Parts: sequence; C-alpha cells; structure tokens
Amino acid sequence: MKRFLHSPVASALCAALLFLPLKDLKSAVILFVFVLAGISAAPYIRKLKIPQIPFKASGLSGFLPVLTITIFALLPFALKDYYLDVLIMFGIYALLALGLNVIVGFTGQLNLGFAAFYAIGAYTYALLNTRLGLGFWPSLPIAACFASLSGLVLGVPALRLKGDYLAIVTLGFGEIVRIVLNNWDTFTKGPNGIAGIEPPYIAGFSLGKLQYYYYLVFMVVIAAVFVIRRIEFSKTGRAWLAIKENEIAASTMGIDTTAYKLYAFAFGTFWAGIAGTLFAAKMQFVSPESFTFMESVLILSMVILGGIGNVYGSILGAFILVIMPELLRDAQLYRMLILGLCLVVLMIFRPQGLIGAKDASAGR
Amino acid sequence: MLLQQLINGLTVGCVYAVIALGYTMVYGILEFINFAHGEIYMLGAYFGIIFLALFTSSGLAASNFPLAFALTVLLTILFCSAYGFTIEKIAYRPLRKAPRLSPLISAIGISIFLQNYVMITQGATDKVFPQKFGDASFNFLGASATSLQLIIIFASGLMMLGLHLFIRKTRTGKAMRATAQDMTMASLVGINVDRIISVTFIIGAGLAAAAGVMVAAYYGLVNYSIGYVAGIKAFTAAVLGGIGNIPGAMLGGVVLGLIESLGSAYVSAEYKDVYAFIILLIILLIKPSGLLGTSVEEKV
Amino acid sequence: MHLLDVKGVTKHFGGIKAIEDVSFKIQQESIVSIIGPNGAGKTTLFNCLTGLASVTKGSITFMDAAISGLPAHKILEAGIARTFQNIRLFSDMSAIENVMVAQHSKIKYGFASAALRTAGFRKSELETRQKAFEYLELSGIDSFADLPANSLSYGNQRRLEIARALAAEPKLILLDEPTAGMNPSETSEVMTLIKRIRELGKTVILIEHDMKLVMGISDRIVVLDHGVKISEGTPDEVRTDPMVIEAYLGKEAAH
Repeated sequence: MKRFLHSPVASALCAALLFLPLKDLKSAVILFVFVLAGISAAPYIRKLKIPQIPFKASGLSGFLPVLTITIFALLPFALKDYYLDVLIMFGIYALLALGLNVIVGFTGQLNLGFAAFYAIGAYTYALLNTRLGLGFWPSLPIAACFASLSGLVLGVPALRLKGDYLAIVTLGFGEIVRIVLNNWDTFTKGPNGIAGIEPPYIAGFSLGKLQYYYYLVFMVVIAAVFVIRRIEFSKTGRAWLAIKENEIAASTMGIDTTAYKLYAFAFGTFWAGIAGTLFAAKMQFVSPESFTFMESVLILSMVILGGIGNVYGSILGAFILVIMPELLRDAQLYRMLILGLCLVVLMIFRPQGLIGAKDASAGR
Repeated sequence: MLLQQLINGLTVGCVYAVIALGYTMVYGILEFINFAHGEIYMLGAYFGIIFLALFTSSGLAASNFPLAFALTVLLTILFCSAYGFTIEKIAYRPLRKAPRLSPLISAIGISIFLQNYVMITQGATDKVFPQKFGDASFNFLGASATSLQLIIIFASGLMMLGLHLFIRKTRTGKAMRATAQDMTMASLVGINVDRIISVTFIIGAGLAAAAGVMVAAYYGLVNYSIGYVAGIKAFTAAVLGGIGNIPGAMLGGVVLGLIESLGSAYVSAEYKDVYAFIILLIILLIKPSGLLGTSVEEKV
Repeated sequence: MHLLDVKGVTKHFGGIKAIEDVSFKIQQESIVSIIGPNGAGKTTLFNCLTGLASVTKGSITFMDAAISGLPAHKILEAGIARTFQNIRLFSDMSAIENVMVAQHSKIKYGFASAALRTAGFRKSELETRQKAFEYLELSGIDSFADLPANSLSYGNQRRLEIARALAAEPKLILLDEPTAGMNPSETSEVMTLIKRIRELGKTVILIEHDMKLVMGISDRIVVLDHGVKISEGTPDEVRTDPMVIEAYLGKEAAH
C-alpha cells in the first residue's frame, strides 16, 4: 500500500482526480496519461546533462555577435511584414529585458513592476506628442529620463527593503501606475487609451514603415548592448555584482550600496523608458492594457530564461518568449500555461537559465 | 451610512484575514512569499461553484440547502488542501536550499499556471454562483447586514479561533511554532520539518478555499483572475499586521477591509484597488515589521 | 598619537548586552589581538568598528576623526578594511575581480567614460587589474586569479579575503579569525603574511583563537569576556593576569 502511494501511478491518479471537477472525464484521463509519462520520465531527464554553451572557450564570443548582427541586418529583405512586426516587438522586449537585467541580474534586486516604467516611457511620449506636438526625437530622451527618474523615486524609499519585500513594493508600484493610467480619464483618456501618436521622422521623412522602423529598433538594441556591456565591465558593474553576491562585504569594501542600487534602478528603467517610447511610436496608440502585471512577469521571465545576469541571455530570453508563441499560434491558449510551467521547471532544474549566469568567467 | 460601510468592510476584511493567515503561516516558517496562495483562493471559488452545481443537479440543494452548502465547503477545502500540498511538494520543496529568488519565481510560475489552467478548463468569462441565500437581512441602527454577511463574519471568526487554538494547544501546532522559530533546531529535537511544512500548506490552502467559497457566494461572480488581486490584498493584510504573526494577519485583514470600504464610500470607488497597495507601500517603508511585529537587526 | 581610540563602546541588541563599556587605544604599525571565549563580543566589536552595527554608547576615533555612526563604505574610505569570520567573498566572481572590487573607492573615472571606453578608463582598469594581481601575489594566491572565488580551497578563500582587504589600501586592517579551519603549515603562512602586512606600514587587529599564534605575533592583547574588557597588555602581561587565567585560560585548562 505504502509503495503504491509513492508510485507514479498514484501521483498521476491524484493529479487526474484533482483536475476532474474542473473539466470532464475524458480530459482527466488524458491528463493522467501525460502526468504518468512525465513522472516516469523525470528520473531520466534529471540525469541528462545539458551542456553549458562554451561561449568563451570556443572563441565564439567574438564571432557570434557579428554573425547575429549580420543576419538580423539582412532579415528585412527576406521577411514578410508580419514577421518584421514580430521582430520589432522582439527588439522592444529585448530592450526591456536588458534594462531589467541590470536591476535583477547584475544587482540582484527583484523588480516585479518593471512594466510600470515601460508604461511611463510610452505615456510620456504619447502625451508629449499628442498634447504638446513634440516629435519623437526630442521626446525620446525626455521619456527615457522621466522613466529613469521614476525609477529613482521608487528606488529611494524601496531599496531600504530586501528580497521579497522589495519585490512586493515594486509590484505594488506597477499596479498603482496602471490603475492611475486607467482611471485618470481627463489626462490619460483612461482605458480607451491615447491614439494618433506620430511615428518618428528624419528630415520630414517618416520612419513609420516597418522596414525603417525595424532598423531603428535594431540600432537602439545594439547601442543598448554596447553601453550595458561596457558599464558591466567597469567599476559600476563590479559594484553591482558585488552587491548581488554579498551586500555586507560590498559595503565594507567601500561600495555605497544604496547609491549603487539606485544607479542600477535608474539605469535599468532608462531602457524601459526608451522601449516604451519605441512601443508608443510603433503602435501609434497606447492603453493601460499593455502594461499589466503579466507584462512585468513576462519581462522577468525573459531575463531568467536566458540566464540571469547575462546580457546575451536576456536577448535570447526575449527572442524565445516573443517568437515562440508566434510559431505556436495554434497553442496560443496554452502560451501562458506553458510559460508558468517553464518557470517552475527552470527554477528546479536549471536556475542559472539557458546560457548561464556569466559568460565572462572562464573555466565554467 | 457609516455603519453600513463598516459592516461591508468587516465582511470583506474577514475574508482577507482568512487568506492572509495562509501567507503569514508559510512566511513564518519558510520566509517566503507564497505567491500562488491567491490562486488557491480562486480555485476554492471555482470548486465551490462546481460542487454546488453538482448538488443542485442531484437535487440535494433543493431539499436541504444548508447541508448541500456545508458539503460544498467541505469538499472544496479537501480539494484545495490537496492542491496546496501538491504545489509545495512539487514547486517549493526542491528549492528549499536555493537562493531566495528561486522559490519566489517558482511561485509566480505556479500562479500563472493555475490561472491559465482554470481559464482553459472553465473559460475566460465570469462564472455565476447560484445565489441561494435569499435576501433575508437584519436591520439595526439604519444599517442592514445580510444573512450571508453574518455567516461570513461568523465563520471567519470561527476559523481564526480554530487556527489559534490549533497552534496554541495541539502537538502539531506547537511543532509548527517551534519550526517557525528555528527550523534546524526543530529538526534536531525530532520534529519532522517536512511534515510540518506540508501541514502548514494544507491548512493555509484549506482556509483560502473556505474564503473562496464565501466570496463566490458573496459577490455571486467568479473569474479566473480574482486570485491575483485577492492574493495581493491578503498579503498586504499579512504585512500590515506583521508578517509571520497570526493575530497580526487577522487584525491586518480587518483593518484593510475597513479602509477599502470607507475609502470607496468617502474618497473614490474607482481607486478601490489602489488603497491596498498604497497602504502596503507606506507600511513597508515606515514600519516593515507591521502593526504587531517586532523588528530584528540583521545578523552579520 | 594613537591610530585608533575606542572609548566606552557599548552595544546592546534588544535586551542583550553584547559589548559593555569597552575602551582601548591602538598604536600605529602594531599588531593587536582581541581574544576571549566564544560570545565575548569580539565580532560585534569588529562590526561596530566597521559600521556594520551601530554603537549604542561610546565613541570611536580613527586618525583623530570620529567614525562611529558612519556607514560602512565611509569607514573603508577613512582607512579601515576587514575580513570576515564566516567568509564573505563575492563567490561567483573570479578571485581577481574580488580584489578589484576593493579598489572601488580609488577608481576615479565616471559612468560616461566607462560607456565611451575612454583612454583614461582603459588605463585605470589596467592599473586596477595590475594592482589586484600584486595583492594576490602578496597573499600567495596569484595562480588562482581567474578562478571563481567559490572554487578556491577554504584556506585560499581566507587568503583571498585578506588580499581583498589589503587592496582597499587601508591604514588599519581587521582580521576576524584568519586561520580558522587551517592546518598548522597554512597557519604559519598566514602568520608570515600578517607580519608582512605590518612591514608595509599597516596596523593589524586580529581576532584569533590560536593562542600560540596570538602570543607569538601580537604587540598587545585585549581580552574580552561577556562583552567586558577584562585585561589588556603585552602577551606576557596578559598571560600572567589572574583575571585572564580565571576567565579564559583557566576555563581552557579545565577542559
């Protein structure tokens, strides 16, 4: 009896029984089969060693970015508009993931409200453009700085908190921003959103066409990677990592931990502001719906999936989570279900993400 | 008007308090925010509707409604407890020694999973709770309380008292307190920590399930996304009272319910959901240890 | 002039008195050991000196400036660095990166020059790395420079902590049980290293349980028991102090 209770059959039976009231018998039987197969296979999966991608050792580190950049630069000549559209979204999410990675990945400060800064960037441009008639280019730095400033405003009080508490405060901030955008009808037009936002112009020439916009986003992402990589390998990056690894030791080594956490907040949210502006200019429309908690979770998942603290990992994570659902259009309904499951499985089997935490330290 | 708002606020506050107990118990032992706890409450609401529908179609609800409702609650608690137990075992237990970020992310994963699991199986539209409680209400001093409100307040009080006695008086309850104080020490003196943690999740989930059924009956409408907001509010309640502190969670829940109710009535109903977050932010920033908590200096 | 002047320092945690009215002075370029049974308040004293714990009462003066109440990073800038009893390395960073972190406050370039990778930035980074390597050499662990800190052996992790503290170029360095868990040959190597540190013109305060090491290396010894200073003096004075024998050595002899 006791042996039966610990057998895969019993577990699968349990799962099917727990599921039964929610649907019908047929689905429960299917679930039973799936869970049974999953549990029986688990020990073998556990034994599988997923090889670490040998980034540095293989000399790929110099070649791979060049190859990737070339491929992405040529894509607009080969792809239909629909796919370009998806790739533009990938670029915007890559920026978001890169920004969040500075906060979560480098500095180890969990942020569950990152979509709020994305929203602030998007709405800043939307309002500057529709109300004051300001163009994309002057708005871009304003929106980025404004997002960055909001990062500081949240950071100053919140960064006194640690771990889970910080996570919840950032989540609360994200919700407050969304609810305010949703309810402040006179200013933000509430749930109806703001329409008629202009695309960027260069010398009177619109970049609204997908191909042009694609290159714009592409350039911004490359610039972001460049800047972030350089900061990562400077005293600032080292201070961030030190705070993540051991905050107390970092403070006794002369790092003003509060200040550096704030820098990380301001620097990370800066990119969210840029991403928001790009998003608003692409859609030519913004509404609070695009900036929910799920959006924050999605961005966080990108950072974690690729490899927390790894710049290229964030981009890979964004790529997978933007492209994958498009490839599995039929499974659209199951997208979030699978994402949730993936997060759990990832945490248990490969918490360092697909690429791994750091490609910089050799020998691992 | 004021009294009426107090009654409404107390009703909702009791529900928050009951959910908050689950957060606080888990936090007390594992120092981890069980992000998926709100989803258990949502599951409870759905199971409540499903089981009651089952009893309605079998005719039991028509002949003996109180019995049917009691059985519904019981079955819901049973199922949700099983969910709580399973989630802990699958998603949290393997991560007990992992960095603190890992279980939290795992919990977020479970939360997303459960929301979509219910959305896919039960549909994205609102579910209606078969309203069977009638409109009987009790008037006093110009305010009225429906029988359901009284049932919720009374049942919540009973559950809180029950939990309190369980933790104070029983062997398992004492073991729980010991584990919360010092897990290593507890295991050294022979307490089966894994079992205690399982019990904690089972009780927490059972309470959330009961809260779910009560809310489903109270509002009459249920949606797969209710768990997230309720979860955050209950968590706020737990923090408000001092997380890890059981009487604190009860107090926090009631205070939060009252603030929300009064805020909606006298300030603005549109921003009802913001109050909880603003209170949460203020509490965490001013007194992170909560109303009844005590602060501890970090060990170096 | 004294380098460090601790006056009536008291630290309470809630109702617990961790340190009670402790005073002592430290001469420049000396090695001072703080000894005492477990729970005597030695590490708490270090935490007070390095800004990790606030002082309930009393004052700490370092190079004629009051430092009690300053945050930890300001105290490092003032010239006090430390190691930890329960090793606190940046475990996923390489050994040399650990040491580079400690030079943080010495590096002058700003955010923009890092983003633009200016000549000044590159020069400064190169110097930082070279200096870090020198400190690894001094501690005898330069061959592990590029390995992640957590892959080093226990003894080498302790030495890496010392190298990291030295890299901050402090006037005063606090070592919290630098030889804990080491075998005799490793211990004697660390003793030599401590003497080298003093030859570099630095002052050392040491928390140590190894009495042979303490007696052999210290210029002065401060003895704490239950948070109170019960004795202070040269090794010979402390060794013969009846208070010490009773409270500390006496207990050890009874084992």
